[in-house]
Amino acid sequence: MGQVGTVVAVAGALGVAAARAARTAVIRQRTRRARHPGGWQVVTVDRPPEQVLPTGAWPVPLRRLDGAVEVAVAPAPGGRGTELAARPRPHAAWPGLAAHLLGDDPGLLVRQALWQVKQLAETGEVLRVDRTPGERGPVAPTHSFPPRADGPPR
Amino acid sequence: MRALCWTTGGELAVRQVPDPELRNDHDVIVRVRRSATCGADLPLLTGQVPGLAAGDVLGHEFLGDVVEVGPGVRRHRIGDRVVVCASVACGACWYCRRGLPSCCDNGSSDPTASEAEWGHPVAGCFGQPRAAGGFAGSHAEYVRVPYADVGAFPVPESVGDDRALFASDAAPAGWLGAEGGEVRPGDVVAVWGAGAVGQLAARAAWLLGAERVVVVDRHPGRLLMARQHVGAETIDRRDTDVAAQLREFSGGRGPDVCVEAVGGPAGEHRSLADRFTGRARVPEAVREAVYACRKGGSVFVLNGGARHVDAFPAGTVVHKGLTVRGGRQHGQRHIPMLLDRMARDELRTEHLASHHFPLERAAEGYALFRDRPEECLRAVFTPQ
Repeated sequence: MGQVGTVVAVAGALGVAAARAARTAVIRQRTRRARHPGGWQVVTVDRPPEQVLPTGAWPVPLRRLDGAVEVAVAPAPGGRGTELAARPRPHAAWPGLAAHLLGDDPGLLVRQALWQVKQLAETGEVLRVDRTPGERGPVAPTHSFPPRADGPPR
Repeated sequence: MRALCWTTGGELAVRQVPDPELRNDHDVIVRVRRSATCGADLPLLTGQVPGLAAGDVLGHEFLGDVVEVGPGVRRHRIGDRVVVCASVACGACWYCRRGLPSCCDNGSSDPTASEAEWGHPVAGCFGQPRAAGGFAGSHAEYVRVPYADVGAFPVPESVGDDRALFASDAAPAGWLGAEGGEVRPGDVVAVWGAGAVGQLAARAAWLLGAERVVVVDRHPGRLLMARQHVGAETIDRRDTDVAAQLREFSGGRGPDVCVEAVGGPAGEHRSLADRFTGRARVPEAVREAVYACRKGGSVFVLNGGARHVDAFPAGTVVHKGLTVRGGRQHGQRHIPMLLDRMARDELRTEHLASHHFPLERAAEGYALFRDRPEECLRAVFTPQ
């Protein structure tokens, strides 16, 4: 009986692990699909086209990808500004550091650049993150707070 | 400076960390006078929310004094006492310009992180995982405030710190619940949750002309506060059929507007298997609100279980013709109006600051807030 119980427990644990792994795989697949790696990435900038690409020149965040992406601009319907689109050129050689950061998802880098162009056009700056904990360095705690043993709080 | 940091596994610790610095032209640095706990922090303490790193500083509801000003800031000077909206929004994008700052496109230093989580980028928030913008929290001596002209507001001299503090988050959230639910004069309004946001949603409902306001909770101490400080009727859900009681309160129709303001994670998992496989929890309060609401009425969701929930009664929404909306607070739009109401004594919030702690004892404050909700409505930290 004890052995049967052990087998059931192990099988159960394996089943749970498999279910979790499947779920994680589905989420990852959805995320990859959402990023649409090879296609056009588009953001709508709440400014007219002449402010988004002044004199037709690419703003700094896109200039870093010069030669590696195609860019298209169109007025957004309903007076919503400008639809700014970019997509990786097939077989493009990615410039500089970008090549090291790409991994299997060039779409993500394109998307980040588009969001930065949008921030720049709408707010005049690209928002910078606060210094990360790694930059701050470890310091010994002075007062601590233990996690509760009986599961998540309500 | 000293700050309350998250460490692995949901442990908290006060640490010495470097002072914040101006990172953008529109930043200010604020020396914190008050910073409050919030139910939205509780999931972070479980250690189950991805994206937090050891050393991240918690806290998002705060007020303080401006001590440093970026070159692009126009509306603030050193020495101003300001309350800061808990969410970070630019004030310049399509959403901000239409009064929806919590939907801001530019409130994050990495909009793609928020896109992956919610489908689109949304406004940032202090003291949350990186996907919320990458901004250190307010349980610290100093905080960097981006887009300060948009998100920081001078506090009228007549409004004390313990009142103005809640204009940062709880009051605009409560206001949004009532306004977004479209409370009209004569309405019967039910609010789930007698915490700070729930009480302020109930108060907002009164101010918008509701005829009856009912607050539902399972903590008698909080319900007592809702009766005493807000003048609401109350239902203790532990020993009552909530839906039946609400029908009784509303002549059998059901409330015209239902506001869900239950902080923290959603309800229980439906089964042990769901718990082990990490499946979504059931949003008990939202379900109850949908079933209780009158036909054609309005349900406004302020929390919804914080992340993902399951077993949502979509058919009931259809058959009863309900309007279900949700939202995070639009403080950039509401805070000036709320401060005016505070100055006129229409909105009193001091009782919400039920416990005060020096920053050194902030971890203790969180433990009290988490483990003894009956007596602790909000723990407020004073770094200075």
